[in-house]
Amino acid sequence: MSTFFQTLIVGLRLGSIYALIALGYTMVYGIIRLINFAHGDFIMVGGYTMIFTIPLALRMGLPAWTAVLAGVVVCVLVGVGTELIAYRPVRKTGTAMTALITAIAMSLFLENLAQAIPAIGPNPKVSSQIFASGGISIGSVTMEYTTIITILISAVIMVILYEFTQKTRLGRAMRCVSEDKAAATLMGINVNHTILLTFAVGSGLAAVAALMYMAQYPKVYTTMGSLLGLKAFVSAVLGGIGIIPGAVLGGIVIGLVESFTTSYISSSMADTFVFLILIIVLVLKPAGIMGKNVGEKV
Amino acid sequence: MKKNKTGFGYLLNTIVIILLFTAFQIITGIFGSQGSFKLVVVPCLWQCCYLIILAASLNLVLGFLGQLSLGHCGFMAIGAYTAALLSLACERAELFTKKEGAVFILILFGCIIAAGLLSALVGLLVGVPALRLKGDYLAIITLGFGMIIVNIINNLPFCGQDGLAQGSAAASLYKNGLGFGSKDKVAYIWVALLVTILCLTLMFMFIRSKYGRAIKAIRDDEIAASASGINTSYYKVFTFAYSAFFAGIAGALYACANATLSTSSFAFTNGGILNSTFVVVMVVLGGMGSITGSVVAAVIMFLVNYQIKNGAWVTALSASVQGVFEYPMLVYAIVLIVVILFRPKGIFGTYEFSLMNLRRDVKASLARKSAERAERKGAKSHG
Repeated sequence: MSTFFQTLIVGLRLGSIYALIALGYTMVYGIIRLINFAHGDFIMVGGYTMIFTIPLALRMGLPAWTAVLAGVVVCVLVGVGTELIAYRPVRKTGTAMTALITAIAMSLFLENLAQAIPAIGPNPKVSSQIFASGGISIGSVTMEYTTIITILISAVIMVILYEFTQKTRLGRAMRCVSEDKAAATLMGINVNHTILLTFAVGSGLAAVAALMYMAQYPKVYTTMGSLLGLKAFVSAVLGGIGIIPGAVLGGIVIGLVESFTTSYISSSMADTFVFLILIIVLVLKPAGIMGKNVGEKV
Repeated sequence: MKKNKTGFGYLLNTIVIILLFTAFQIITGIFGSQGSFKLVVVPCLWQCCYLIILAASLNLVLGFLGQLSLGHCGFMAIGAYTAALLSLACERAELFTKKEGAVFILILFGCIIAAGLLSALVGLLVGVPALRLKGDYLAIITLGFGMIIVNIINNLPFCGQDGLAQGSAAASLYKNGLGFGSKDKVAYIWVALLVTILCLTLMFMFIRSKYGRAIKAIRDDEIAASASGINTSYYKVFTFAYSAFFAGIAGALYACANATLSTSSFAFTNGGILNSTFVVVMVVLGGMGSITGSVVAAVIMFLVNYQIKNGAWVTALSASVQGVFEYPMLVYAIVLIVVILFRPKGIFGTYEFSLMNLRRDVKASLARKSAERAERKGAKSHG
């Protein structure tokens, strides 16, 4: 029984990291209908930024996690830059397919650019301890502080984000643009600014997710974002893409599936099961768990 | 009249191909034993052959059917492992001991066809659920399938990452099975060329058939196509399986040429020349909807890859440029972005190179150029 609870906790922790990344995917997809393959690599960018800023933060007497602020700033810059340099010109001239291929190219570009930078290189880097070690034990089940903080921060961010999109002016503008760009323009919303804001928020979340990930697995490498991003995207699709609570639900489901497969079946088959779940859900309910099926207009 | 023209086209192409093929055989006969031909040209040709088949087969799905598939290398992995394992099994059954003779050639072709068939079968299984989805969802689901295929191959006891090593005396297919050393590669280069030509012919015939017209209609407007009585899901799944068949054959050639297999070389995220993204780059570069474009792009990308790694001129460049060239994927990514930004249709667009229409096409292109020039001149004199 203790194995079960331990696995459950690991799954929740993993799931809340996936959910944070999935939020970025889902927001961008909701607004411009593009799978931002480079989103996973924003995590990598955030990770490396923190690798370099954590020693600075420690020298200034600040706790290690404050380095996430630098990570957020850099990630936001990279995200906004990607949108401005690559996605916006292609969106103006190309089709959905060319936009998707551009996204894949951006992902490759970021990964390999990182490798080509001498200070980063192809070898993994190890980060220092981010949160305090130790944990709370209840019976034979241990909850590490890292786990508790990860789950708490994720939950808080999700609530804030949800309230932001529901209540504030900017959030409402985002939802308008994702529903109908032309109508939003007529209502006096600057569509391009709103898209930029979405990219900024999504990339910032990726930096926070990088912090959570590094707190648990203190290793950063240039391709860390690809599989992580892929699974997060799977979560977003699973929950119903474009829907914020859906992304959270999908992330937690994927985290649980992964941790239970790892501890009860086989660790090397975990990815297979994650994608299998995606395929089953997509075949049965193509709009995702929380999505609504919308008929195609002729 | 129309029918005669098509027949003439096939005849013309057959004659030219036979001439080129004989010429190549003679060249091989003369230079076959020489160092650089044996060690550089022939291995490069092998690699080109499977890249061409791979790119052209993805073009069926990406260019003609208009669906982005990101798991194409999964099918290639199936083909490679099928051919390798089958040849190992044949060798262990002592059907052949040396890599020569009619029996071996028969087994070789059997392996190649079996690889294609198994891939097509898996393509069918994948296509039925996957092709209910469109666009982005299809891309992600094929990516998922590609990863599952590689993951399953990894976990199969008889063909895992070191399974081939456990199954046979040596890890390398050079000694056992159908892997070719550099001498055999020269001797069997005709197999690679023949298979490539056959595959390309089959794909061309597919595009020109009723099926090809149907899938082009689906690409242009799926709703209109289904309203005109085209069974869209049947044609989609059929094309997917057909494309997987050729990807499997490309995999079999890969197994012949590389002689060592590891699943990591087929994974979605590896830095090498062989991953599903790289294939997409080739198709986009050549032009989505042009088989000849894919052939040209495959050769170009191969040459770029080869030159970046081995070209003599690279050493003459400054150190910073060489530093970039150490990461060929970075170069591909930039190529892809630039092509998409400035020439989204690729080199060929939807144009097909054809010997019969060559004169007409060249004339038309020259006329268009001169017309453009005249227009520009006119604009200048007015301005």
